[in-house]
Formats: sequence, structure tokens, C-alpha cells
Amino acid sequence: MLEISNLEVVYNDVILVLRGLSIPVPDGEVVALLGSNGAGKTTTARAVTGLLGVHEGDVTKGSITWKGQDITHAPPASIVKSGISQVMEGRRCFGELTVDENLATGAFTNRANQKESYDRVMELFPRLAERRDQLAGYMSGGEQQMLAIGRALMSGPELLIMDEPSLGLAPLLVQQVRDVIKEINATGTSILLIEQNAMMALSIANTGYIMENGKIVMDGDAQKLLADDDVKEFYLGLHGNDEDDEDAGRKSFKDVKHYKRKKKWAS
Amino acid sequence: MLFFAQATALATFTGAITRAIALGCIYAVVALGFVIVFKATQVLNFAHGGIAMAGALFMSIMVNDAGFPFLPFGNPFVNGEDRPGVMVWILLLAIAMAITAGLAMVLERVAIRPMVGQPLFSLAIITLGIEVAISAFNRDAVNTPNARSLEFPWGTNFWEILGANVNHSYLVAVLAAAFSFGVVFFFYRSRLGVAMRAVAFDQEAAMAQGINVGRVFQIAWAIGGALACLGAVVYSMAPFGPQGAVSSDLHPVLAFRALPVIILGGLDSVTGALIGGLVIGSAEVLAGQYLSGYTSFLGVGYQAIVPYVIMLGVLLVRPYGLFGTPEIRRV
Ligand SMILES: Nc1ncnc2c1ncn2[C@@H]1O[C@H](COP(=O)(O)OP(=O)(O)O)[C@@H](O)[C@H]1O
Ligand SMILES: [Mg+2]
Repeated sequence: MLEISNLEVVYNDVILVLRGLSIPVPDGEVVALLGSNGAGKTTTARAVTGLLGVHEGDVTKGSITWKGQDITHAPPASIVKSGISQVMEGRRCFGELTVDENLATGAFTNRANQKESYDRVMELFPRLAERRDQLAGYMSGGEQQMLAIGRALMSGPELLIMDEPSLGLAPLLVQQVRDVIKEINATGTSILLIEQNAMMALSIANTGYIMENGKIVMDGDAQKLLADDDVKEFYLGLHGNDEDDEDAGRKSFKDVKHYKRKKKWAS
Repeated sequence: MLFFAQATALATFTGAITRAIALGCIYAVVALGFVIVFKATQVLNFAHGGIAMAGALFMSIMVNDAGFPFLPFGNPFVNGEDRPGVMVWILLLAIAMAITAGLAMVLERVAIRPMVGQPLFSLAIITLGIEVAISAFNRDAVNTPNARSLEFPWGTNFWEILGANVNHSYLVAVLAAAFSFGVVFFFYRSRLGVAMRAVAFDQEAAMAQGINVGRVFQIAWAIGGALACLGAVVYSMAPFGPQGAVSSDLHPVLAFRALPVIILGGLDSVTGALIGGLVIGSAEVLAGQYLSGYTSFLGVGYQAIVPYVIMLGVLLVRPYGLFGTPEIRRV
């Protein structure tokens, strides 16, 4: 069980980005964390995996506990060792390394079970097996996403944090990613699924959290959120305009305001 | 008569080309250490020459003074009268390389690590500071009355090939380069080496895999230090170094001759270090051999500037070197 409680994160000592964020990720579940650009989703992922320091960020309040242990200020290596791994936003494959070498880096803290993890990844992604010796930098976006997920599985995680795994992928590939996430979860791995594609994320999640300006503004059962009119309007509006990015941006902004107003009225 | 002229020309060429390859190999070894550190840590290590020089001094302390660096007791392998045998000498070189690796690790830990996250320019300036400090130490150490011989077991022996004198040390230089690049080749495919390349490509993504970046930095510096020591020792061999001894003349060459090599090959390219070393070494030797008749107006020793002229030429066409990575990867 991962427990993010009342988390506050500040960048460069002045930019307050997370303002009292609380999210529990129960064992074995898929938790969707939704929200538009700049809401603080990636910052949340960084906080849990100990990578805030790279960005001059710091947890100033609240805590993150994992299996009962406080990991709020733990170094990334010990967090990975304790069973949390991350598929980073933008895939971040090591372009100058081969597929096999990329996977090997994922097993850096998991030497004992490297072979088992490797076989599992190859089974999950037959495509990677075909390209073992190819440089990651020359692979397509979809293949790189598979590699990024495979790499994160190499440490044998109990909790997998995935930061926008469907970003920039064609609809067919998004479906594949969705299926893979379900398959990974079916083997008992909990998943914190960060997405802007709310429909995809909620369709496989147990619980959903919607985040805005560093705070949770709505949460609940995934199916209920999926049926919720506000959520539907906001997100369908956002994703109905995929071809025209600029238009989508304007529309979402308007919808966010609309959504906030309703929310205030509701509470 | 004609035959005789051709024979001399062939002998001259054989002598020059073997010497060129040997010097190229030595430059390549020195450059390789620099490249490994830069590739992994993004730090321009201006102390590389100073560390290399210190490594050669460590070797001389063992083989010339029959002692151990930093330690008060004598060296049982050396008896002060006969030169050490090849095997003993290589063992001592391995020890010198290990000590230099240790020195580089200490420097990294004490002076560089606390500055991680600072602009790369500041880090480069710090290495310049280290360079000045080590040079002062090196100068004091070298300026002892007795010449600090490195007791090369093969001394100035040579083979006569096609009428040219080909020193045994030329072969040693080639072997040293083969060893260095071979070790790096296999290291880069090992678990730690793959981690180092991952760190070089994307530090944050490497951290996300649980790779300890600090440890990777330290290992890169250790390898850089060991290679620096090896490069300085082979550069001290006759006929390159004066009488196979460490002298204070060695230092500026080590510090500045590696520069055109890495700029030519690319700061972060292992292949570049090898090709750059060979090109610069050859250019220097062959220019000295064949152009001197036409360029006497430039005076003696002009061949020393040939590498820099080549470097400038390459910079104009490919600012990141022949094999370097064009884009800046860090955000
Ligand atoms: N390194 C940083 N320094 C300062 N501000 C940052 C940094 N990284 C992100 N931010 C800011 O924090 C906010 C949340 O960013 P992020 O967590 O990336 O959001 P999301 O992943 O939801 O799009 C944004 O306003 C962004 O500009
Ligand atoms: Mg993000």
C-alpha cells in the first residue's frame, strides 16, 4: 500500500506545485490520476520515486509511506529496491543502448531475479524479443513505450507508476498499452496510472483521482467517475478535438472553469 | 645510386610511420581517459594532465626510488642495481595505475561531487584549480637532483626493419593502446559499464532505474586516472620522453597535446579518441619528417603546432568533433 498524505512540493524553494495532495494506492489495484497539463501529476510521480532533487524540488510538508515505511526523502535507488518503479513521461529510453541493455539497466537493483524478469518482459512484449540488439533510439514511439514499460518491470516492482504511457501514441497502440497494463495488474502489481486520456485510464482503474493545481478536486470509484456528467463533458470535450490541438486547449480551459464553478456549487 | 636513394627513403618512411603510429597510440590512451570522464559526468577534466603526471611519478617512486607512494617502507621488488624484469615492471605499473585511480577518485569525491548540479563551466574551473595544485606538487617531486627514471625493461632497444630502427617501445605503445581500448570495450558491455552509458545518456532516467549516479561518477574518474597514469608512463618511454625518465617537460605536453586529439575526435567519443590520437600523432611525426625541408622559415619545432592547425580546421567544419555527439542532451 502506497500512501501519499497531505503532500506539499516546492520547486526552487519558491514555486509551490503540490498543495496538500493525498492519494492512497491499495495493493493490487489500479489507481488513475487524471488532470490537465501542469496540474502536478509528474511532480507527484517524481516525489514518490525520489527524483525531485534532480529538478531542484523538495517535499516541504506531508509524507509518503510505502508498506508502512516512510520513504518521503529516500534516495531513488532504495525506493526502486523497495519495490516501486516508474515508467517516466516521454518514455526516456536510453537511445544509445540496445533493447537488451536498456532492460539490463532496469534490473540494476534486481540482479538475483534478472533472468526471470527478462523472460517475463519478453513474453509480454514479443516485439522487443525480435529487436533485442537494436539501438533504442532507432525504434518507433510505440516500441519505445513498450521498452520503457519493460525496463520498469525488470526491477520486479510491486507498484508501477506510469506517467502518461499513452501520450503521443496512435489509438491502436493506446489499446495495446491498455491491455498490457491490465495484464501487468493481473499478476498482482499495483499501478498508479497517470493519464490525460481519462477514458482509457478510468476504463481499467478501480479508483480515479482528478487533480488540478496540485490538489485533488474529485475522486471516487472509476466506473462512477466514468459515468459522471462533469467528468464526461470535460474529458470528452478535451479528447473530441485531438486533431486540432489549439482548439482543444481553448476548449479545455473553458471547461475547466465551468467544471470548477459546478464543483463549488456542489460542495 | 638510385637504389640506395630509394632504400634510404623507404627506411626513413618506415621509421617515421612506426613512430607516428606509436605516438598516436600514446595520445589515444591519454585522450581515452579524458573522454571516459567527460562522457559519464559531463565534466571537462582539465586536471587530466596533472593526474597523468602524478601517475608517472608514482611509478618512478616505485622503480627508481625503490619505495611506495605515500608509504614509508621500501619496495621489495626493486633492488636498485638491476632493472626490474618485465613481469615485475608490469606488476608495478598496475599498482601505479591503481594508486592514480585512487587519487582521481579522492579528487572527484572531495572537489567535484559537492559541486554536482552547479553549471558545468564552474566544474571545469574547479578541475583547473586541481590541475594547478597537482602541478605544484608534481614540480616539487620532479625537481630532485637524481633523474626519475622509469626503468623501462626494454630501454632503448630496437629492431632493424627495412633499414630503419624501430624501437621496442613503439610496440609497447601499440600494446598499451590495444589494452586500454580493449578493456574499455568490454567494460562498456558489463553491468557497470552499461549503467555508466545509461548515466551518460540520461542521468535522471538512470536514477529512476536505481543506478547510483555518484558511484558511476567515481568509477569513471577511477578509469580516467588509471588510463592517465598508463598514458604518461608510455609517453615517458624513449625516444618520446627524454631517456625514459619523468621530467617536468612531460607535463605541458600531456596537458595540452590531448586537447587537439579530443577536440578532433569528439569529447564524448571513444572511437574519436582512437582516431584522433592516431591522426594527431601521425600529423606531428610526419610533418616533422617530411615538411621540414619546405618550412624552415617557420623555425625549429614548428611541427608542434601542426596538431592545433588540424584541430582548428576540424572545428570549422564539425564543431563537435569528427565522432562527437552534436546535440546537447541535458535539459
Ligand atoms: N523543475 C521545475 N521547476 C519549476 N517548476 C516546475 C518544474 N517542473 C514542473 N514545474 C511546474 O509544476 C507544475 C506541475 O508540473 P507537472 O508536475 O509536470 O504537471 P503535469 O505532469 O500534471 O503536466 C507546472 O506548473 C510546471 O510548470
Ligand atoms: Mg506530466
